[in-house]
Amino acid sequence: MSKILEDLKYAVSHEWVSVDDNGVATVGISDHAQEALGDIVFVELPELGITVNAKEEVAVVESVKAASDVYSPLTGEVTEVNEALLDAPETVNSNPYDNGWFFKIAISDEAELDELMDADAYADHCDEE
Amino acid sequence: MSYPKNIRPPTVGKRTPLYQQHVNAGAKIVDFAGWDMPISYGSQIEEHNQVRHAAGVFDVSHMTVIDVSGTDAEGYLRYLLANDVAKLKELGQALYSAMLQTDGGVIDDLIVYRMSFGYRIVVNCATRDKDLAWMGSQADGFEVTVTERPDLAILAVHGPSSIETASALLDETKGKTVAELKNFRGAELGDWFIARTGYTGEKGVEFIVPAGDVANLWEQLLAAEVKPIGLGARDTLRLEAGMNLYGQDMDESTSPVISNMTHTIAFEPADRDFIGREAVTDDLAAQEQGKLPKLVGLVLEGRGVLRAGQTVSTDRGEGQITSGSFSPTLKHSIALARIPSGSLTCQADMRGSATDVRIVQPNFVRFGKKVFE
Repeated sequence: MSKILEDLKYAVSHEWVSVDDNGVATVGISDHAQEALGDIVFVELPELGITVNAKEEVAVVESVKAASDVYSPLTGEVTEVNEALLDAPETVNSNPYDNGWFFKIAISDEAELDELMDADAYADHCDEE
Repeated sequence: MSYPKNIRPPTVGKRTPLYQQHVNAGAKIVDFAGWDMPISYGSQIEEHNQVRHAAGVFDVSHMTVIDVSGTDAEGYLRYLLANDVAKLKELGQALYSAMLQTDGGVIDDLIVYRMSFGYRIVVNCATRDKDLAWMGSQADGFEVTVTERPDLAILAVHGPSSIETASALLDETKGKTVAELKNFRGAELGDWFIARTGYTGEKGVEFIVPAGDVANLWEQLLAAEVKPIGLGARDTLRLEAGMNLYGQDMDESTSPVISNMTHTIAFEPADRDFIGREAVTDDLAAQEQGKLPKLVGLVLEGRGVLRAGQTVSTDRGEGQITSGSFSPTLKHSIALARIPSGSLTCQADMRGSATDVRIVQPNFVRFGKKVFE
């Protein structure tokens, strides 16, 4: 059974979001997602400073099995990317919710957060797949 | 995140005698040609490395064992197979061969062993039905009996320490046999058959045993620190070893000549009539004139992973990747691809950008080491 953290928000496309007090969102992929992908061997990250739209493909995660797009759950400016993943992509497998984060966004539309799922709704979503 | 299409929950299919042992070992079970098989028990890369550095065990009981006996067994197989079983001078000797259609298309690839009763053939699991049908249809006029052996299970133990570990846990006779067997040889010991004909590019030994004996052997191997390895790692190991996978790198629509299998066709003696002979003789001549493609190795040293089905472009035209993955040993992507003969340069479309890839001999890793230049 994959791990779902209570205090995070989740997108239907299996990204998680954690928002801090300054309106900056950290984004990664869920434990369920990394488990489905298997061993991750390459990660591509968005460019710093670009503006991304909600549901836009902004990163790539490539496992032994397949390449998958990672979508931005929110609209905003990319303020930080986790460059450590470029050399250690397996961190996404071992720590999807902390060291395995992908990028941070300065949110431009907080209302979009309401469209994301809480942990219970996401658990149901995973069960349905 | 977009979900890859090849990741699907399992359905209930055929099961090997070790299904419960796989579940107990934490396997992720997938459907493989109608069988519920372990794709991995955790990390596919760790399993791959386990086989390259120590020893792992694969349950390949889904593969089909077919015994051929009768006074015409040799003559029948010399006609049926592209390689020549007359090369098998001694009991236990093994041969890799294609089984061809009249037009040269590959029906299957297989290993054939010379046995006390005749010959034993191990074919792929997904091709079982058509193989048996074809073998039956070609037996007219030969005094042979073709018998499937679903009562047998197969374990493959591979890795640099596989022989030593396996031989230490068996009884004296079997242990001695495992320790002394040469590569591409097998030995019949009662109702056990032990052989050294692997699919990983490492040392290894296969046990073809009665289904009732396999659980005990599995438990003994695990107790000796031999780790269970899933089909996922089996695929990356065989790709690193440059070995074809039936249905992916060759099938009925491809000649063995364009599948890097020419060396497995016995053209000599010239008077041996085998199914597909005329077609592959023509194919070979056409390839030498540059009219047919060939199966080569590709190497991408940068980021990204080459995938089966991807189109590549060379200085001689277009080609296609037949198998592609990340190589855990080399830590970059490798692939098998069918490209125009004589191609010198090759590019693959990596997410929109044309990226140079190197053309190499289709053999990447042997005994844990890189083998191409």
